[in-house]
Amino acid sequence: MAKKFNPKMATGNDLLEGDVVYFSDGRWTRVIGEAELALSPEAEADLLGRASQFPNQVVGVYLTDVKLDDAGRAVPAHFREDFRMLGPSNRPEHGRAGQGA
Amino acid sequence: MYMYDDFDAAFVRGRVAEFRDQVARRLDGTLSEAEFLPIRLKNGLYLQLHAYMLRIAVPYGTLDSRKMRQLAYIADRWDKGYGHFTTRTNIQFNWPKLKDVPDILDALADVDMHAIQTSGNCIRNVTADHFAGAAADEIEDPRPTAELLRQWSTDHPEFAWLGRKFKIAVIASEHDRAVLKSHDIGVRIVRGVADEPGYEIFVGGGLGRTPMVAKQIRSFLPKAHLLPYLESILQVYNLQGRRDNKYKARIKILVHETGIDRFRELVETRFQEKLPQFNGVNQKILRRIEGSFVPPAFEAAQPMPPVLGAGLQSWIDTNVAAHRLDHYGIVTVSLKGIGETPGDASSDQMRLLADLAEEYAHDELRVSHEQNIVLPHVPRRHLPAIYDRLKAAGLATANIGLISDIIACPGMDYCALATARSIPVAQQIAERFHELGLEHEIGPMKIKISGCINACGHHHVGHIGILGLDRAGVENYQITLGGDGTETTVIGERAGPGFSYDEIVPAIERIVSAYLDVRTDPEETFIECFRRVGMTPFKEALYPPEEARSNAA
Ligand code: SF4
Repeated sequence: MAKKFNPKMATGNDLLEGDVVYFSDGRWTRVIGEAELALSPEAEADLLGRASQFPNQVVGVYLTDVKLDDAGRAVPAHFREDFRMLGPSNRPEHGRAGQGA
Repeated sequence: MYMYDDFDAAFVRGRVAEFRDQVARRLDGTLSEAEFLPIRLKNGLYLQLHAYMLRIAVPYGTLDSRKMRQLAYIADRWDKGYGHFTTRTNIQFNWPKLKDVPDILDALADVDMHAIQTSGNCIRNVTADHFAGAAADEIEDPRPTAELLRQWSTDHPEFAWLGRKFKIAVIASEHDRAVLKSHDIGVRIVRGVADEPGYEIFVGGGLGRTPMVAKQIRSFLPKAHLLPYLESILQVYNLQGRRDNKYKARIKILVHETGIDRFRELVETRFQEKLPQFNGVNQKILRRIEGSFVPPAFEAAQPMPPVLGAGLQSWIDTNVAAHRLDHYGIVTVSLKGIGETPGDASSDQMRLLADLAEEYAHDELRVSHEQNIVLPHVPRRHLPAIYDRLKAAGLATANIGLISDIIACPGMDYCALATARSIPVAQQIAERFHELGLEHEIGPMKIKISGCINACGHHHVGHIGILGLDRAGVENYQITLGGDGTETTVIGERAGPGFSYDEIVPAIERIVSAYLDVRTDPEETFIECFRRVGMTPFKEALYPPEEARSNAA
């Protein structure tokens, strides 16, 4: 039986700022809920291909598993992505969480 | 303090200019990320979880007020007002912007500092005993040798592309305060049978995935032979070390697989060929370097104030070590305030430390591998004034060598390689034992925490070592016990299955209670007790029978 497919998003770091960005339909956003989702293996390859078209804007692009909230928006599936989203837990004021994003 | 000569200054400025051009070309797209990545790493610039990170070398941990103030300035101007001192005695800034990095590097060059070779497969920053020049038990100041090695290894073309990173430390006493035997090469300054100066050389130490204690390769090397001998070691490593698997590429694996006796033969053969090629210029350079490490103009003995407050006395007992002069002390300023991030200092704190060094302590500061700041030469009569000013800045925590003086790597709060957090675990342990009021009762205790197997937090040589892992998407912490990072280096032993984030602090508390129960008297330290009784009582405390059952279920 085929393994259940986990939805994915594409993420990376902004070349200039170094901060975390998510791919959303031809552009990059800092809001995880706007991340575009790949819901099938075919969509996954296509998403990574399109997200990799910005080599001078975003670096270290990769796909990562997401869960969906009630509105069908991406939330991190792994704690590493939680920390990337929120910033350092020892200094929350420096992360996105502390800046109201 | 070693000052750059014209050559050093021109070299460092040249590198900044080159990197400025490379950043500009990356920003305009002329350089691809694949081309730029090795270049930025060679200049100490990493990309971490939330931002770039710039790692700046602090050679042999030595700073003066001018350098410390410049670090504070950089923290304010281009970062978020703080820096993180590391177990390699470097400082890391966590939030620089790519376009600003060339300006930061220029600001560093203004005070004879740089970020070269703080990353990549090259010879990294050379470390030394943080009590160098001040310790009562040292034969001579190890820093001139460390500076010679820094000059020799900086931009050495033959060692720019080693199989893996390479770390060297230098000490000059019996007692090892620099974790010497966890280095690729450890150099200990000794005296020969006729009291002639020389070195004892260790090779093949390292922590990480496969921890190994360095082995002695030479019991005595005449002083003038240091560079040819170290080049011989590096050449054997460069030729014979593995490059097919990064986890097997450190020299410790080569030494282990070849056997120390065979490895020694290879090095000695190479050394005999190499020795005639060295004409003694490096010894002239060494003598010049030695001239920049003259001891400060120590003052004559003056009386201490007769009555000391309880807080001050406790801080002196815990944080001030014996200096080679009786009326001086070595002050360790704890960057482990209860609940604070180990190794972090704000720009205000950095400026205060600079002021104290300048006003009271012959303008010298050191970064220790235990992530604290040392004022190596303090006339004891100034201790009350220093204490008061540290206290006002939240820097007078009296906990050096105690359970809350924890080494913690940045872990998953910053580091892209991390598998779990380390900082909050350290914060919670410190808070818990502070709340219990047990720190002094427990006595000497070294807890060291790493956020992945790379072991930047030296967990293998902690009396209690904690390694954060990712077990099926959940943070899990493995405990090792009985590690030791001194002249009697021992790699700690794994206690058993790991603990979740919520369970790790209670688990540490159970270990400590077990120790307090089984120690013969308060004089028996945790590590002595562990050596006497072994793992069993601690295992029983960590895994009581009912829990063992539910864990297995
Ligand atoms: S031990 Fe791992 S998590 Fe910690 S700083 Fe080193 S690489 Fe990062």
